[in-house]
Amino acid sequence: MNLDPIFKAKTMAVIGVSSHNDSHPANVIYNKNHFRYPLTVYPVNPKGGTIKRETLYRDITDIPDKIDLAVIAARADFVPDIMEKCIRHEVGGAVIISGGFAESGKGNIQKRMTDMAREAGFPFIGPNCLGIYSPQRIDTLFLPAERLIQPSPGNVAFVSQSGGVMVDSMVKFTRQGIGISTATSIGNKALIREIDMINYLAGDPRTRVIVLYIEGFEKNEGRRFVLTAERCPKPVVVMKGGRSHAGSKTVSSHTASMAGDYRVFSDIMKQHGILEARNEMELASFCEALSSYQKCISGKIGIITVSGGHGVVAVDNCEDLGLDVPQLSEATRDAIREHFSSSIRSIASLSNPIDLTGSALDDDFLAAANVLVKSKEVDCLLVLILPYSPGISAELGARISHICKTEDKPVIAYIPNEEKYAMLIEGFELNKVPVSYSVEGAVLMAKALMRDEKC
Amino acid sequence: MLNKEIIEIVNNFKKTGWMPEPEAKRLFAMAGLDIPGFAWAHTPEKAFRFADQTGFPLVAKVVSPRIIHKSDVGGVITGIDSKDKLEMAYHAFSKLDGFDGMLVEETVTGQELIVGAKIDYQFGPVILLGIGGTGVEIYQDVTMRMTPIDKGDVISMIDSLKGGKILRGFRGGEPVNLDALTLLLSGFSSLVTDLEEHIQSIDLNPVMCSGKRCVIADARIILNGTNLA
Repeated sequence: MNLDPIFKAKTMAVIGVSSHNDSHPANVIYNKNHFRYPLTVYPVNPKGGTIKRETLYRDITDIPDKIDLAVIAARADFVPDIMEKCIRHEVGGAVIISGGFAESGKGNIQKRMTDMAREAGFPFIGPNCLGIYSPQRIDTLFLPAERLIQPSPGNVAFVSQSGGVMVDSMVKFTRQGIGISTATSIGNKALIREIDMINYLAGDPRTRVIVLYIEGFEKNEGRRFVLTAERCPKPVVVMKGGRSHAGSKTVSSHTASMAGDYRVFSDIMKQHGILEARNEMELASFCEALSSYQKCISGKIGIITVSGGHGVVAVDNCEDLGLDVPQLSEATRDAIREHFSSSIRSIASLSNPIDLTGSALDDDFLAAANVLVKSKEVDCLLVLILPYSPGISAELGARISHICKTEDKPVIAYIPNEEKYAMLIEGFELNKVPVSYSVEGAVLMAKALMRDEKC
Repeated sequence: MLNKEIIEIVNNFKKTGWMPEPEAKRLFAMAGLDIPGFAWAHTPEKAFRFADQTGFPLVAKVVSPRIIHKSDVGGVITGIDSKDKLEMAYHAFSKLDGFDGMLVEETVTGQELIVGAKIDYQFGPVILLGIGGTGVEIYQDVTMRMTPIDKGDVISMIDSLKGGKILRGFRGGEPVNLDALTLLLSGFSSLVTDLEEHIQSIDLNPVMCSGKRCVIADARIILNGTNLA
């Protein structure tokens, strides 16, 4: 099925817009798209009338325009008829916001609707979902925009069984400088499911990372999912909701008792190179890193720090996550030492982590980074910056980033998240070098790049 | 591929819901997996003949369609080193519920592993590998993979076990034969795929893995549609 009419809609009909209740979900959706997005939007309500001087169409078939996307926010009982009209009127696809289907025991209505859509080749998202969001392009979330933090455009695509998890993650992503290409709340996923979304997003030029929040699959669907994700040329990150072991099943064998649903899920994701985020921090770290770097690393980390303690903590985190912090060769150390300023030459420690000490200047960071980005001894750089040191300037972020751009080697920075250091942080982020606000987060970012041993 | 005989064995036990050890082992042997030499004796004399051919020490296990956890009822005796002890084992087992003969086996040694399979609702056939022994459910040092599995999967399975180091030869211990383990797991994986519609889960517990062989020392197959508490 062609999902372009949904995700690249130019014309939209919102069905269920109220002429008197402007906080109705359909009205929220109509208003935001009508006023703020580059779409032509038509409101529909069987009672007719006007809204904000625009015609409220009685029926989607009355609209004198080809409709790409119908957003349906009417009562569940009416939805099959509405869909039938959409199909007849050659609408490109639908997002069904309405609830009251399989999730509340009305699987029969949902099935009727899904069968009809499948037969007609009519794609729809939902029902019982928040729909789709793409910064500056389209927004079917019935949440008033002023309540949200506007996500910035970027290359992470979010697909979620839960609308709440999706919106909350987007808000947090925004604070961490992670941009979104599209976010899709698939709700009851009656027709369009995770696999369809991966297949679609694999071909979406705006998307470089695909993230999915998953609660469960249908029979054997997990198997098809991992095979699809494994074939997808873009990194796939999953977060699993519902990990507790359903204890009701018979446990007549050791295998059945030990191979609980979540363990099986987790092990199989790993087997097929799909990165599993176990919590919000991992999710954000993985997305931020993969949004900058899609190339895999083998996990040999070079660490540059001005604080010995931060170096120690970073090494601990690396060890916990299976990343290697190799010793540097004498030749590499000499090459770095040669370019150090006189103030640190005799006191800096050149084993990995490289501890520049609190007397370090910008140029000392650059000296170490310059050698390490070219060295084969490490395949990823962690730069731990504590801006309290007097020799560090606000330009350091941009200057280190520029070095990295010359070599194809990922660099990740740690800087404390304070407004004071914003310029330093932006120096990295504007150059697509990910910045974490904790050492652990920075190491998690490196871990994300190790996702697939096969590449 | 399943041959007729394998299908016949499976169908024979659909009613009871699980397959007793001798039949399960026959099935694995047909699938090309390594099992200990064994005899299914319905008289002490048959057990003696096997002892004459194989030599001691031997393992004796009760066969009964009513006993699924043999060791819980004293139905497994290891280290049998004489005909007297073999006969005593036979008489002790013959008093157990549903007695249908005694399984006599050569003693296999090595690192105890558990290999298992289950047909997962979401992912289909899944293979489990773990460190075996009585603590298996306490330590739960196990890892799972979706079928089919290749040699790379076997290596990564070993590396994901905490006890993986033991398999690779820890502190002078003999490393297990990785080729034999790979053969066992990949052969088991394709058998499980073929049996997907017929089974619920399989325990090969323990699999004894040494520097030479990986042998299925005990096996239990739970067939589809059964509900054993």
